[in-house]
Amino acid sequence: MNRNELYEIGVRERERQGKLRFRILSCASTPCLSSGSRAVYQTLQDTVSQLGLDAEVEVVSSGCNGMCSRGPIVRVQVPDAPDAVYSFVTPQIAAEIVRHHAGEDADITHNLIPADAPFFAKQQRVVLGNSGRIDQERIEGYIARGGYTALAHVLREMTPEAVCDAITHSGLRGRGGAGYPTGLKWQLVRKAPSDKKFVVVNCDEGDPGAYMDRTLLESDPHRLLEAMAIAGYAVGADQGYIFVRGGYPGAEKRLHQLERVIRSAEQHGLLGGRVLDSNFSFRIDIRLGAGAFVCGEETALMLSIMGKRAQPVPRPPYPAQRGLWGYPTLLNNVETFGNIVPIILNGADWYAGIGTEKSKGTKVFALAGKVNYGGLIEVPMGMTLREIIFDIGGGIRDGRSFKAAQTGGPSGGCIPAKHLDSPVDYESMKALGSIMGSGGLIVLDDTSCMVDVAKFFMHFCVDESCGKCVPCRVGTMEMYRQLEKISNGSATMKDLDILEELCEMVRETSLCGLGQSAPNPVLSTLRHFREEYEAHIKERHCPAGTCHMNEVPVLDLVDELPRRIQAKAAMLTEKEVA
Amino acid sequence: MSVITLTLNGELISGLSGQTLLDVIKEHGVEIPTLCHLDGISERGGCRLCMVEVNGRLTASCVTKASEGMHVNTHTEKLIKYRKMLMELMFAERNHICAICVMNGHCELQAMAAHLGMDSVRYDYLNPDLPMDASHKRYVLDHNRCILCTRCVRVCNEVEGAHTWDVMGRGIVSQIVADLNFAWGNSPSCTSCGKCVQVCPTGALFEARHDGRGNGKEA
Ligand SMILES: Cc1cc2nc3c(=O)[nH]c(=O)nc-3n(C[C@H](O)[C@H](O)[C@H](O)COP(=O)(O)O)c2cc1C
Ligand code: SF4
Ligand code: SF4
Ligand code: SF4
Ligand code: FES
Ligand code: FES
Repeated sequence: MNRNELYEIGVRERERQGKLRFRILSCASTPCLSSGSRAVYQTLQDTVSQLGLDAEVEVVSSGCNGMCSRGPIVRVQVPDAPDAVYSFVTPQIAAEIVRHHAGEDADITHNLIPADAPFFAKQQRVVLGNSGRIDQERIEGYIARGGYTALAHVLREMTPEAVCDAITHSGLRGRGGAGYPTGLKWQLVRKAPSDKKFVVVNCDEGDPGAYMDRTLLESDPHRLLEAMAIAGYAVGADQGYIFVRGGYPGAEKRLHQLERVIRSAEQHGLLGGRVLDSNFSFRIDIRLGAGAFVCGEETALMLSIMGKRAQPVPRPPYPAQRGLWGYPTLLNNVETFGNIVPIILNGADWYAGIGTEKSKGTKVFALAGKVNYGGLIEVPMGMTLREIIFDIGGGIRDGRSFKAAQTGGPSGGCIPAKHLDSPVDYESMKALGSIMGSGGLIVLDDTSCMVDVAKFFMHFCVDESCGKCVPCRVGTMEMYRQLEKISNGSATMKDLDILEELCEMVRETSLCGLGQSAPNPVLSTLRHFREEYEAHIKERHCPAGTCHMNEVPVLDLVDELPRRIQAKAAMLTEKEVA
Repeated sequence: MSVITLTLNGELISGLSGQTLLDVIKEHGVEIPTLCHLDGISERGGCRLCMVEVNGRLTASCVTKASEGMHVNTHTEKLIKYRKMLMELMFAERNHICAICVMNGHCELQAMAAHLGMDSVRYDYLNPDLPMDASHKRYVLDHNRCILCTRCVRVCNEVEGAHTWDVMGRGIVSQIVADLNFAWGNSPSCTSCGKCVQVCPTGALFEARHDGRGNGKEA
């Protein structure tokens, strides 16, 4: 296929869609599936057939629309009119929706989400631009929305160096957590002397509650393939790997879908040998992890791709120097890749105009917890937490009050109410003792106990530690034990000291990011909610009422006895004086 | 290889590029505690005892290449404290009641604890209930003493070439396994060379006496 043929496909698909009376997109991403969207899809199709509208109306399954907590979501695209989006769609309501748009009398205003709802109005969808708006699998749908034109442009009109420069100029930083400048990474791999190089997408995404990456991969897979090919061209690689997490329900099905998507891109000459009739070749293969959090760490991930035990190894050498099988390897997060096509199409300057001085562009968050509207959102960097939680999220559920926002999952921390007005970007989050992370954002209300939250994440780290280095393998377990003592009422203030000391040590001595960041949830809750820890210990009382104080402290007699004797003596002398 | 210059505890020293920091430091007579490191096999970087401060940040010296202009400190107050804490963690992880251990008095781990001044363990003893494997005709494996340094794994793979040992599980439940979790005595790959027993720094691998009383490794 060449550029003209690509253009033709786009034109034909747009014409085809334009001729339809309307198109119904039924959300088939994981959260909506679990709230019953399969039956909704079936009913939509059946109703269309019953009404004899098969020729004029199309029903397709789409990716995530964002408002996952109100699923199943159905979107209706009417030519030359704004989309109508419906929430809480049941099979009955699905039938009504079809009737309503077919011109019959049906009352569905209750389920219609107003077009100006702050949940949508305040977002800026760059990475998620197609998500929920296109058919997940049909390549024509993606091409109709300008798909693969960025690749065609890059192959014909840009040198690899110019591509890297554009990414550098855009200010894009890695979305996998650490925020490393993406352009710089691409330059490093491009300049590394080697005749074989690789491109790897990190879609391990093991943080509890996070589902940004897999949703992107599900909802708009071609965008990722296109970005990988662009990256391959820019750094001089001819092979890419998508590393997907395995070992959870539905992984299998998604893998097959991804496989089909890659095959269809290959059949269209957009991947494989001689991409778009150029001299550039690029193959993409899928690699499945076994569902360990540590597989997301880049060195462990590469070992897993090579078929070895996924245990991190010390860096340097960085993957850009020595990666897969010793060759320079470009490794980026899914969302990082999701930004590439818009940057190429709209220009680096446009991208650099979004966000804050040091954090450019947008960020996708999985907004969850005690908010009214949870789901997958995308906002410009620098938006305040207050706007995210109270405008987009619609405030705290059940009229309770906001207590903290947990960002960055097990590597992050909790941000208290007094910092609600700080902007969300890499630097400010770090200054507050949390991290931006990959995009988990859990909102906690006053019924959450901060010790309990810290304990939850520490337990996660104990489970997920690979076991290679002592501070992480044993340290996380001992920190968990201390937290357990605090929450069951058997801790003394000395245990708190031991915990804090351990946190610092594990942070500084662990081999990889998992151990280095494992103490963060404890350190950040101690920093902002120390009084809550002290209430547990000194008063044996859990302010949030979550912890059951059914143990008693074991006094350390070596320390405690002399202190008691002194106190007694002081009391006696006081009496004497009196 | 070119000559590089670095500062070690305030003194200018030289080394060769490509050398590990640990090698350079030891060549200059400064002693660094190590447990997972063993001359002649690959590095692991797991015990973290060999950590030193390089330009203000901590790094494991056995897996860090020495480079020009590094400012290295080996015995800061913090490092001394952290090494002791790491030792405490290793002792808390499994069962190290030396008085009833075959290796008492000949144990590298025990000697290291004494050397680093670790006189008590402030953390909870985890005391997992782990099995022993006495199926091999000449050697015994006691998981309760293992610190997962993987010296045995590496020596068996890299020197003997048998790759009998590996690690199974992850995190706190990791364990050394012979082949695909076979009893050691049934291992088809083990050549009974005894290298793993020789390099084990603890009482986890030891030689069973012919009389079967299992009274310790040869000194
Ligand atoms: C324990 C651990 C888990 C990680 N998990 C992920 C993950 O699930 N997805 C991801 O993209 N990056 C993850 N990372 C970060 C990667 O190591 C790496 O920095 C990132 O993928 C680089 O891509 P970026 O530059 O686009 O952010 C993890 C890091 C650590 C230490
Ligand atoms: S292995 Fe060493 S430290 Fe552990 S109990 Fe035996 S002698 Fe003591
Ligand atoms: S006895 Fe030899 S072959 Fe067997 S595990 Fe030990 S080193 Fe490997
Ligand atoms: S058996 Fe010995 S050598 Fe092997 S990992 Fe355990 S402590 Fe190390
Ligand atoms: S999964 Fe349907 S809206 Fe997110
Ligand atoms: S000797 Fe360097 S980490 Fe064990």
